[in-house]
Amino acid sequence: MTILAILNGRVVDPATGSVSAGGVLIRDGRIAEVGMIDMPPGAETLDARGSLIAPGIVDIGCFAIDMPAFAAGGITRTALMPDQSPPIDDGALVQRALAAGKPALWVHPIAAATHGLNGTELAEIGLMAAAGAVAVATGRTRIADARVMHRVLGYAAALDLVTIVHAEDEAMVRGTVATDGETATRLGLPSAPAMSEAMAVARDLMLAEDTGAPIHFRQLTTAAAFDLVRAAKARGVPVTCGITPAHLYLSDAEIGPFRTFARLSPPLRCEADRQAARQAVADGTVDMLCSGHDPRGSEAKRLPFAESEPGMAGAETLLTLSLGLVRDGLITLPRLFHLLSTGPARRFNLPGGSMAPGAEADLILVDEHAPWRIRADAMAATAGNTPFDGLPVQGRVRTVIKGGRVL
Amino acid sequence: MFPHRDLTGIAGLQPHEITFLLDEAEHWIALNRGGASKHDGRLAGLTQINAFFENSTRTLLSFEIAGKRLGADVVNMHAATSSTKKGETLIDTAVTLNAMRADVIVIRHDASGAVQLIADKVDCPVLNAGDGQHEHPTQGLLDALTIRRRRGSIAGQVVAICGDVLHSRVARSNILALTALGADVRVVGPPTLLPPAIERMNVTRHTDFDAGLAGADVVMMLRLQRERMAGGFVPSPREYHALYGLTPERLKRAKPDALVMHPGPMNRGVEIASSVADDLNRSAITEQVEMGVAVRMACLDVLTRGRRGIEGWA
Repeated sequence: MTILAILNGRVVDPATGSVSAGGVLIRDGRIAEVGMIDMPPGAETLDARGSLIAPGIVDIGCFAIDMPAFAAGGITRTALMPDQSPPIDDGALVQRALAAGKPALWVHPIAAATHGLNGTELAEIGLMAAAGAVAVATGRTRIADARVMHRVLGYAAALDLVTIVHAEDEAMVRGTVATDGETATRLGLPSAPAMSEAMAVARDLMLAEDTGAPIHFRQLTTAAAFDLVRAAKARGVPVTCGITPAHLYLSDAEIGPFRTFARLSPPLRCEADRQAARQAVADGTVDMLCSGHDPRGSEAKRLPFAESEPGMAGAETLLTLSLGLVRDGLITLPRLFHLLSTGPARRFNLPGGSMAPGAEADLILVDEHAPWRIRADAMAATAGNTPFDGLPVQGRVRTVIKGGRVL
Repeated sequence: MFPHRDLTGIAGLQPHEITFLLDEAEHWIALNRGGASKHDGRLAGLTQINAFFENSTRTLLSFEIAGKRLGADVVNMHAATSSTKKGETLIDTAVTLNAMRADVIVIRHDASGAVQLIADKVDCPVLNAGDGQHEHPTQGLLDALTIRRRRGSIAGQVVAICGDVLHSRVARSNILALTALGADVRVVGPPTLLPPAIERMNVTRHTDFDAGLAGADVVMMLRLQRERMAGGFVPSPREYHALYGLTPERLKRAKPDALVMHPGPMNRGVEIASSVADDLNRSAITEQVEMGVAVRMACLDVLTRGRRGIEGWA
């Protein structure tokens, strides 16, 4: 029996909304005691002085398994998007993805909703669920055919799976790389109206409401979309949504002189939408904060803006940027870890995200004040495509504990 | 006087820097009109590469003539015959050009921002000869010079830029140059061809052609690409001409002595009627071409002064 005692920290428990001095006792990979713990004889100890002890981050919807980046970012579980090569659209591919990160990281594969993510024929969602898929997703785009989407939602719901949706109307955004506005116009970049997002949300909310299916919008970024979700939640629709820090901190002005690292999907929005996104985090409309981790090398990014690929390496900056929301007074520290860990774990029925005795001991020790500077050329990720290059930040993961093991 | 290594756009230039380039261009007009000898050897020994990743006849010719009149060794690289067709990335091409020790590189590319991307990777001055729908700064300068010479000044002039503003780098560079120098700029066209938030570039937006032309000192027509006339952006060339084509009748809405401009090549009978284009009293279209050579000579001269060791130029 291995016993680890983490001492002298400040324990953040999203479930109780508390931050209290103390420690955590881990026995056989599970949390045994929290708070003022009794040291059993023979326990290993870990001094957490000056650190928060919080549940490991549960990151929903990353695009790559990038172990060093997840370790640096304190991410202990990730739900992997089906947009792999080949797409995760059958049980064997689910099983392969499941094993990809163990033991340091648990990868929870998300099943492609349709064969090859082609948007037309249902994939073997049931067999993939049996193999370990935790949700269904439409991929980097939405399913254009509303009838197919209607079937996907109903079918997945019968299997108790949440459908994860990308919300952009494909006809509106085809061939575009930015949001309509002054920046895109000055740069001469093809752009689409911001309402392309709300148009997609409106359709899929209606389909979800009709089928009673749980739906999760992986990233929402506009005021109009948040309004729709807010209203749907009030009606009792089982809808949730996420966002990445990029859309909380950056507006479309950041694409400035053709910075391809700021080419994202969905694209950066205007300042008013950014403010609306922050408000949606503060008022609880947003249910989870995610990295959207999508490392892209120079062959995809050192290109003219419109020819570059969208995406950012977000895993190792997710926590430090999100801590800024606490400092800005938008949310409390326990609420932050609810958005990063407990909320997503509950929504997708994943272990982890809990500080309760008996829960899996996926914990991170965080020095919430440690200053550092984000540098694209010094990232742990397989590629350093961050739009936050050069930004001074605070907060760093000191230690990651996965299933009771110190990594 | 001109503290920039490159000319990638009008954006980023101060009004006095734009005026400086226009003043420099004035010097070259006389030489260009000077009969049999149009040669000035100040760029002798320097290598000018015109790297054109997008087809061009007149702009390439204009840059080639400008370079040769200044005595540079001018080399043209056409995308159709280059390794970019074999999958080489733009950055690799840029590094290759750099290794050949060009002294100035003139670039045209069909992607917005491509010229800046190359400029960041080479050690010599870079001149943007048009990048996607972003900028075409020498066109903006030559149009400003034409207006200044024909109308006496730019400040206070009412300039109507008409047609496919959405896809036009010419329009963007003109808006930036002319508003910087105090012109009152309007953009006029069907709503499908006006960029979103264009008012943020300090212009007024008109979808009614007659209202947009009313009282204008300068009417600048833009080319409408053939592939955009077939229902995607406008219903047909016929309807476009009826609603937004510049005819003698339409031109009466503008000031009696209003100047007509077009960056070329023209679609006669679509955005502009031949009788307007060929009216020597009104049309400045051939003068624009002439000013183009002078402006490009000025830009090549100014950007290479540092390399040529001219005192006061880094």
